[in-house]
Amino acid sequence: MSEQTVTGAQSLVKSLEAAGVENIFGIPGGAILPAYDPLMDSTIRHILVRHEQGAGHAAEGYAAATGKVGVCMATSGPGATNLVTPIADAFMDSVPMVAITGQVSAALIGTDAFQEADIRGITMPVTKHNFLVTDAAEIPQRIAEAFHLAATGRPGPVLVDIAKNALQADTRFRWPSELQLPGYRPVTKPHAKQIREAARLMLASKRPVLYVGGGTIRSGAYRELRRLAELTGIPVVTTLMARGAFPDSHPQHLGMPGMHGTVAAVAGLQKSDLIISLGARFDDRVTGDLKSFAPGAAVIHADIDPAEIGKNRYTDVPIVGDIREVVTDLITVLEAEQGAGRVGDYEGWVAFCAGIKKRYPLGYDAPASGTAPQYVIERLGKIAGPEAVYVAGVGQHQMWAAQFIGYEHPHTWLNSGGAGTMGYSVPAAMGAKVGRPDATVWSIDGDGCFQMTNQELATCAIENIPIKVAVINNDNLGMVRQWQTLFYNERYSNTNLQKHGGGAGTVRRIPDFPKLAEAYGCVGLSCESPEDVDATIEKAMAINDVPVVVDFRVHKDAMVWPMVAGGASNDEIQYARDLAPKFDEDDL
Amino acid sequence: MTDGKHTLSVLVENKPGVLARIAALFSRRSFNIESLAVGPTEHSEISRMTIVVNVEDTPLEQVTKQLNKLVEVIKIVELEPEASVQRELLLVKVGASAETRSHVLDAVQLFKAKVVDVATDAVTIQVIGNAGKLADFLRVVEPFGIRELVQSGMVGIGRGPRSISERSLRPVVTPAPPAVG
Repeated sequence: MSEQTVTGAQSLVKSLEAAGVENIFGIPGGAILPAYDPLMDSTIRHILVRHEQGAGHAAEGYAAATGKVGVCMATSGPGATNLVTPIADAFMDSVPMVAITGQVSAALIGTDAFQEADIRGITMPVTKHNFLVTDAAEIPQRIAEAFHLAATGRPGPVLVDIAKNALQADTRFRWPSELQLPGYRPVTKPHAKQIREAARLMLASKRPVLYVGGGTIRSGAYRELRRLAELTGIPVVTTLMARGAFPDSHPQHLGMPGMHGTVAAVAGLQKSDLIISLGARFDDRVTGDLKSFAPGAAVIHADIDPAEIGKNRYTDVPIVGDIREVVTDLITVLEAEQGAGRVGDYEGWVAFCAGIKKRYPLGYDAPASGTAPQYVIERLGKIAGPEAVYVAGVGQHQMWAAQFIGYEHPHTWLNSGGAGTMGYSVPAAMGAKVGRPDATVWSIDGDGCFQMTNQELATCAIENIPIKVAVINNDNLGMVRQWQTLFYNERYSNTNLQKHGGGAGTVRRIPDFPKLAEAYGCVGLSCESPEDVDATIEKAMAINDVPVVVDFRVHKDAMVWPMVAGGASNDEIQYARDLAPKFDEDDL
Repeated sequence: MTDGKHTLSVLVENKPGVLARIAALFSRRSFNIESLAVGPTEHSEISRMTIVVNVEDTPLEQVTKQLNKLVEVIKIVELEPEASVQRELLLVKVGASAETRSHVLDAVQLFKAKVVDVATDAVTIQVIGNAGKLADFLRVVEPFGIRELVQSGMVGIGRGPRSISERSLRPVVTPAPPAVG
């Protein structure tokens, strides 16, 4: 590429184009202003959002739905600090993302200048890496490195903070031929000896489980995973971040493990003698009390991040590598073993797991009056189908969306797992729809969460991003309320989002969600009774030129079951209040 | 290792903010740093940190793995006491009256230390050695009254002819992905 004299701002835009960026979500401001001028002439589509947090979550949703690197842009000071929550969110869930922030001129750094914030220092603990660029000549190098870091190894957010003087200076644009990252060498190819040892353990075990985590989706390993599962017959559990990595309809699927997992999945892990962990990290939501988690299980832990292996649980066979390569190599070895007549003997175990799955299916009680939120979500999943993309907020509705929708494909379930950021849903749904314009994208949000970021509905209406939003409206912060019901003697401190007192009769809801939706240029629908659920969903499905918001009024005392109380052992799982499953050891 | 202390020698890129990054990592993961010393190496793009970490609560493996995740960390080596030379600098101001001065100077002689400042009733002594020697010296002069002390933190280097930066500096060429469009 020939060198040309350009401004730093032009160099930045050229670099983003060279990195393959097609969409950026952002808001301009003083420090980043020079970059916005060449952006206007670029092939890159920049979507002007209404809050930088929306830009950050949109970049996350875009990345989670497509597998590409999501990009957001903001100015210095408060613009940059508004990105911190989505950056921290991306860090917890290993989402490939690049955030570009303006910074005051280099000469002013450290002087408490207008809209100055040490965003590099602030985001150090929550980024995979970050850069401060004060020299225009470095811009292409840093951008190339940022995208490489975001997308390779364990994906994560990378922040590039660019000082205004660098954007304004004259420079030459030259796309680098080499990256200068001497300390970054992720290992993707697994060690053959570890693979053979893992295969040996798998063949020798009697009660193995495939514990599939979000890394399997980041690695794009779903086809290989299915082949491995069907080759061996081993039961599968998919974590909250991995829903869709293995089809829910598959008979080997025990469901989601963890605090609100299915009895079959939780029991499957607890009673196993071998856990084959693929791109999962033994998070506390899955393990419960570590001391009593899966007491009889040996562990094969495959992950691209060596620091996760052995962090929470002793690992018998550590395998560092990309999950797709790990599973491919395992299949090769196991197929050879099968050819020589050696297969695992899991018949009794598979029957036991199937029995538990049958005896303790997911379920819910219909309330005496009003609509069950689980029913709304179940019907939504059935009508919109497994080809749609579902993006949840955080709380009870998130758990029900993970439980009651049947996921068949990866990249169809998006949520904030590690950080649990309320307000993720609407902007992330926006990002997902931009990345996959042909898919039907449903945001399933709580009424509490919805009020945190719904300003992006304006962006969706104006920019022709017709997402659909199902507000599971119980007037309360449902998950917190559930804990108050169970552990705080039903003392509901600060979880009722609606007006207290008032006379009996009409309830005045603040805000009126359908009216709010109309104000934002969307179609606003409401649904008050179970008989209307299907028809309302169908009506929303038929509107595809503008965003649609449906206010589903649901019963406020619905509970998420099963549940393993925080800090408790997985042995203490309850599938309804004070009801625990009984596992007959003779069944094994 | 005695009492859970390990000495790590860490090669890092010589870039602004690297020290803050490492300190922040230790802080947020609740790793226990006993001392940290950082300075240049024989290569201008690389700095070297010597970190003494107390691993009673966290396995050493987790500390090194988390450090390795930092993009600017190039290499980590553990300096075992038998296979390395470890030194720390101590400056200590000890009370020394006319009667006690000769006893203080005896201690200085015995430990091959040096007097770097003299006042009417105190002397400032410089001691260089490993942590054990410094601790012993302080115990010996304590009865005379320790007015003030400052310690530098451990630096260490492996014994033998090889350098830890030898193989790290073989150029690692990561090609940049080609420009799109």
